[in-house]
Amino acid sequence: MRNRPGFLVYGLLGAFVLGSALPLYWSFVIGSHTKADANSFPPPLLPGGHFLENARRVLDTVDFWQAMLNSLLVATACGVAVVFFSTLAGYAFAKLSFRGSNALMGFVVMTMAVPTQLAIVPLFILMRDYQLLDTLAAVALPTLVTAFGVFFMRQYLVDAVPTELIEAARMDGCTMLRTFWTVAVPAARPAMAILFLFTFMQVWTDYMWPLVALQKTETLQIALDRLALTGQGQTTDYALVLAGAGMSTLPLLLLFVLAGRQLVTGIMQGAVKG
Amino acid sequence: MTNRTAPAGDAATATSPADGPPEERRTTSARQRARLIRRQRRSRWDVKLSPYLYVSPFFVLFAIVGLYPLLYTGYLSLFDWNRAYYVRGEFVGLDNYTFVLTDPVFRKSLVNTFSIFLMSSVPQVVLAVGVAALLDTRLRGRTFWRMSVLLPFVVAPTAAVLIFGSLFADRYGIINQVLGEVGLEPIRWHVDRWWSHFAIAGMVNWRWTGYNALIFLAAMQAVPRDLYEAASLDGAGRVRQFFAVTLPMIRPTMIFVIITSTIGGLQIFTEPRLFDDTPNREGGPDHQYMTSTLYIYVKGIEDQFYGRASAAAWILFLIIVGIALLNFAITRFLTRRSVS
Repeated sequence: MRNRPGFLVYGLLGAFVLGSALPLYWSFVIGSHTKADANSFPPPLLPGGHFLENARRVLDTVDFWQAMLNSLLVATACGVAVVFFSTLAGYAFAKLSFRGSNALMGFVVMTMAVPTQLAIVPLFILMRDYQLLDTLAAVALPTLVTAFGVFFMRQYLVDAVPTELIEAARMDGCTMLRTFWTVAVPAARPAMAILFLFTFMQVWTDYMWPLVALQKTETLQIALDRLALTGQGQTTDYALVLAGAGMSTLPLLLLFVLAGRQLVTGIMQGAVKG
Repeated sequence: MTNRTAPAGDAATATSPADGPPEERRTTSARQRARLIRRQRRSRWDVKLSPYLYVSPFFVLFAIVGLYPLLYTGYLSLFDWNRAYYVRGEFVGLDNYTFVLTDPVFRKSLVNTFSIFLMSSVPQVVLAVGVAALLDTRLRGRTFWRMSVLLPFVVAPTAAVLIFGSLFADRYGIINQVLGEVGLEPIRWHVDRWWSHFAIAGMVNWRWTGYNALIFLAAMQAVPRDLYEAASLDGAGRVRQFFAVTLPMIRPTMIFVIITSTIGGLQIFTEPRLFDDTPNREGGPDHQYMTSTLYIYVKGIEDQFYGRASAAAWILFLIIVGIALLNFAITRFLTRRSVS
């Protein structure tokens, strides 16, 4: 076996982690000082006592809570939809035999390499023609099921569900859907949780598509965009802008504290099997 | 790659006449038999159709929000929309393509796209492999380190640009202030073309390096440990082992990461748009850091030149698919050689 690593390894890793955390720390430091202090040099290095004041200014500038609620709604809806549809499809590809399954799966994998996000103009026209522009439905629609999700669930379910169990359920007279529900879903639960997390984060952090699809309605990222525009001026109001950036990051930070372990396993699992 | 299972469904239907419990079979009346046959027939359809039903949501949705828009982009790009969609102009053939390809702004955006992409992907992969190698040791507090490395991933690109924008601010940014203290000239991060690319690439790297490091770590942990033992018996040190064993073994993962980061890296949008600290937000006053995706957005959604934006989208689309295919071909060539 290889030896325990020495100080050099810990030192280098520590430096990397420090670099990873510093910008986030910086946003909370600047976000908790007055505008004047935030723009002074040398800059403040410790958090100050004006965070609540800055937070109030953020709430006065943009409809932060509404934006956060919108983001929460859209991200949750997409998460649930992606998990449901991807598990169904992944199960079919992993465990059911049907004509053309290989070709169809190949197609799914291929679409992962197609940058469909570039087609924003027709998508915009589509949403406008169906009067979906400026609705949350328009934001959610493109991410109700993803190729990555189907692929991820397929890879997981190939090994996670014993084929004998499916056969046994079928022998007992279960319909296909019931078999899926009673055999595949319980086995798929860990992967479903991970897929939900990833989809939630993806939709929550997305900026480009909501920017195209929304006009007056705002998701968190769009609200942040408007906040940054307001903060511009002769000297940018970084206390305001970074307080907003910090506030918008808090929910995901909380999610990270609660489920970071699952995120790590998810990324590592996807890598080995993918 | 595929793990074909026994046709579970067919086996089940074949046995379904004897499906019910024995006592029920003994008292089979004509009526019950008819019901059984009906059930059997339904079950056969169930087995045949269910798989298609289960995979159909993906294909239906992809057709609506992926394939159709892509083809429609091609259609749009052949007409002169004249800034008003409802009055479709005349068929202009490839005029929009000519316009876009000769548009200095689009050309500039292409160069910017590639420059930012290279500055973000190359250091990112190298650094991620390095961090993964550090993590692939018998660390104390493994979970802590792995999670810490992933921290930037929870910061949305929007928030990340705003934070980095303050660090890289031209006049009062902390980086320039520190440079000034050391006696160096301040760098005009938002004005100088290549420095702006450097700053944007920096934030992309910040957000994704840890994520990719975890992917590499997973690949490294899949390397059989006895390979290292053999290498160390042969007298190879840590560094030698890394280059002779680890790197060749994680090559497939490396390729996977490179391809995915190419597809994503050529479509960078949020960072260049929000890095601009003036209200017009077209990638700098002189489009110093306007990427092609940003060009498509500005032309198509803001200025409503549907034809030109669509032509630009198709050009970028072809470039990305072309590079992905090239990547794929190169890797196949390389892996085949390494096997023999």
